[in-house]
Amino acid sequence: MVENRPILKIVTHLILIFGIVIVALPIWITFVASTHDEARMLQAPLPLLPGGHFFENFTKTLFGSGLAGSEVAPVWRMLLNSMAMAMMISIGKIIISLLSAFAIVYFKFPFRMGFFWLIFITLMLPVEVRILPTFEVVANLGMLNSYWGLSIPLIASATATFMFRQVFLTIPDEMLESARIDGAKPMRFFFDILLPLSRTNIAALFVILFIYGWNQYLWPLLITTDTDMTTIVMSIKQMLEAAEQSPQWNIIMMTALLAMIPPVFVVIAMQKMFVKGLTETDK
Amino acid sequence: MATISLKDLVKNYGKVEVLHHVEGEFHDGEFIVIVGPSGCGKSTLLRMVAGLETVTSGEIFIGDKMVNNLEPADRDIAMVFQNYALYPHMTVRENMAYGLKLRKFSKSDIERRVQEAATILEIQDYLDRRPRQLSGGQRQRVAMGRAIVRDPQVFLFDEPLSNLDAKLRVQMRLEIKKLQRKLGVTSIYVTHDQVEAMTLGDRLMVLNGGYVEQFGTPIDLYEKPASIFVAGFIGSPSMNFLPGHLANAHIELENGQKIPTTSVQQGDAIFGVRPEHMIVDENGPIEVVTDLCEQLGANTLVHGVLKDGKTGIVASIQGHWDYEPGSVLGFNVLPDNHHLFDKETQKRLEN
Amino acid sequence: MLKRVHFTKSWLPFALVAPQIAITLIFFIWPATQAVYQSFLIEDAFGLSTEFVWFENFQYLFTDEIYLNSFGRTIFFSAAVAFISMSSALILAGFADRVIRGATVYRTLLIWPYAIAPVLAGALWVFMFNPTLGIFPYFLEFFGYDWNHYLNGSQAMLLVILAAAWKQIAYNFLFYLAAMQAIPRSIIEAGAIDGASPIRRFWTLVFPLISPTTFFLLVINAVYAFFETFGIVHAVTQGGPANATTILVYKVYNDGFVGLDLGGSAAQSVILMIMVIFMTIIQFRYLEKKVQY
Repeated sequence: MVENRPILKIVTHLILIFGIVIVALPIWITFVASTHDEARMLQAPLPLLPGGHFFENFTKTLFGSGLAGSEVAPVWRMLLNSMAMAMMISIGKIIISLLSAFAIVYFKFPFRMGFFWLIFITLMLPVEVRILPTFEVVANLGMLNSYWGLSIPLIASATATFMFRQVFLTIPDEMLESARIDGAKPMRFFFDILLPLSRTNIAALFVILFIYGWNQYLWPLLITTDTDMTTIVMSIKQMLEAAEQSPQWNIIMMTALLAMIPPVFVVIAMQKMFVKGLTETDK
Repeated sequence: MATISLKDLVKNYGKVEVLHHVEGEFHDGEFIVIVGPSGCGKSTLLRMVAGLETVTSGEIFIGDKMVNNLEPADRDIAMVFQNYALYPHMTVRENMAYGLKLRKFSKSDIERRVQEAATILEIQDYLDRRPRQLSGGQRQRVAMGRAIVRDPQVFLFDEPLSNLDAKLRVQMRLEIKKLQRKLGVTSIYVTHDQVEAMTLGDRLMVLNGGYVEQFGTPIDLYEKPASIFVAGFIGSPSMNFLPGHLANAHIELENGQKIPTTSVQQGDAIFGVRPEHMIVDENGPIEVVTDLCEQLGANTLVHGVLKDGKTGIVASIQGHWDYEPGSVLGFNVLPDNHHLFDKETQKRLEN
Repeated sequence: MLKRVHFTKSWLPFALVAPQIAITLIFFIWPATQAVYQSFLIEDAFGLSTEFVWFENFQYLFTDEIYLNSFGRTIFFSAAVAFISMSSALILAGFADRVIRGATVYRTLLIWPYAIAPVLAGALWVFMFNPTLGIFPYFLEFFGYDWNHYLNGSQAMLLVILAAAWKQIAYNFLFYLAAMQAIPRSIIEAGAIDGASPIRRFWTLVFPLISPTTFFLLVINAVYAFFETFGIVHAVTQGGPANATTILVYKVYNDGFVGLDLGGSAAQSVILMIMVIFMTIIQFRYLEKKVQY
């Protein structure tokens, strides 16, 4: 701050706090709802302060069959499915992007630019716009209701390949030259030099991709019909539908809370990485 | 330890030929400096010896082995890069050991060699630090250390001092020279700095536009520059070049003044003389209208223009002098210090 | 693009790109061409026969009142989402940039909605605005305002916009803050010495200097509102009431998977693809200007 005006300082903080309240309000209300019992959640006005039923709701949601009267998998199972999907998508994307970026930057081979453009084009094809035919492909390959079907079609990613390409291009040429004089073969160079040097970028990308994977909605909705394969994010919609008959908002909001905890935790715990990854991947 | 020979080396980038039929025989243990302005192809030549650039045509021998198609790692060379190219995620020790590890040296052997090299370069205390915790000079030493642990047949240096400040550069220059003497490893050193070239090299290869202008000892290059380019490039301040006409054992300058020479050739020529070889002499044949004097302490640089001509001239005279701008000074030059060049070919005319 | 020194092994680079190329071909290129192909077909109601009809599906779409309305609605929706989330993010970032102590704390507290799935964001807002139980309708009643987004199309649209904008604030905030922190302090200080008040400095110095970020965020927000808000619409309104919140992505899904109109859905997909390609090109031009290759 250039000038030192106390009033300005106070106004600044007040506005920021107001902003935080607005941003955090929906989450606060979710949390509050998850701490009351079912009966309290049926009386208007709904509470604005937490009640004492958090752990009861927690165990009931996590290990019970979830919502009474709906046929869904237990929540712990859904969390597990979400975790598997998010991990497979983020790790898979990182591995194949690292490999293809390595090939494109460090090798001269026929059709190199052709491959590059083929990958680039996927930047323009989000899953939402080719949803039906992609679904057909996955169905034909017999990958419905499987972790493979959930993750592999979302794995190819031009953004990650671009980012690694960018990272590799900023690594001085002399690293490779020096390594070659030291006697490193291509894959040795990849593992000994390139991977350690891109460590922070890999971590940053992991945060972004984990959130991307965890939060997938439309794709799992189409691919999974088996309740055992339901992801936690999907289940919220099913619960909302069920809520029209028997609203158990305490359980629904507890589920919502559980669904947002892993990605929120990752963002906050790895904030530095995440900000770096976000502002560098997209730019 | 090995000799290196370059036989009719040519390098093309696409259709552009950037190195033209380079020849060179480097003796065992010799310190060779390749010098030239930026873009002259000196780094390319070095990188061809290293195996980092392909050879378009011609042959490179290290020892008696033709290495054209060998991987850099198989040529038994070590290289020091301009930006050092230390692996930032490895400690100094790991940096030095990496090449040995890939060559499957035993653990104890690696440790012994790293210690030895570290002792020579006085970097024992930094072995567990990472490159970014080191100063420029220390990084430079580590880069050298990484080269010497392998005990290679050839050292290659690609402008290794250009990232250091002036004082450190002079100090490291001496150390490199001493180290090379001590180890006796054939070395090729690329630089654009003629002082570095003159002080370091046993022999210098002057490159210009992809051609070898001259290859010889520093004294050869200074006393008998083979072309106007070499004459102007080596020595500071640069040699004066006075256009003129050769006839009857005289060269007649543009202002009509005649200087006796021993040359028997005829025709248009360039008369070259180094500033430090200009002797003040009232009756001297070269008359200069002075412009500005620069006092350097030990000597004075007198800048001026040839009287009745337009060619600028610099003379370096011992001691402190100050001349009014516009005064006319006469200079003489001993015949041994005359240089004559053909105007067309720019090559030296032998007396 | 390529390193000055590179490897020239013959088979290894192919093996390295193979996984990505295989996935791209099977799950991106092939479905996309299928979508284009299907957009030229009409299938009868029982799926027994298909007919190749060239651009009939497209012609139909551009005379279809419902589709054209949906198009206009999507534009309005995207503009509203982008405006609300970008302007609030800009204000918050502008103030956060002034804070020296506690800036990270504020940032931490402002960025987490980014991590929340769109469908969850929808669920939270639908809960807060539940006509019988929700907190906001309860308060709105005091002002004599009746809230029921299940019946009132404008209210449904407003709710979807709010939920979508809320989720995107965090993202915009991060980019604005990063852009502002990248402005050299000396420029701001020079402005202060020239006598510009903080607000004036913001509009005449900071805002013009971060205009590339604004442009970039406009494209990103448009893409977000067009495609990633599917979950919000699906959770909050399911496109209703009476199609009042049926944006294009939702319609593609609905016509394809619920209505089983394959040709029509494919034609809509193709139009969306063209729009994404258009936006990607705009964004890439921006990237090219920024990044030195």
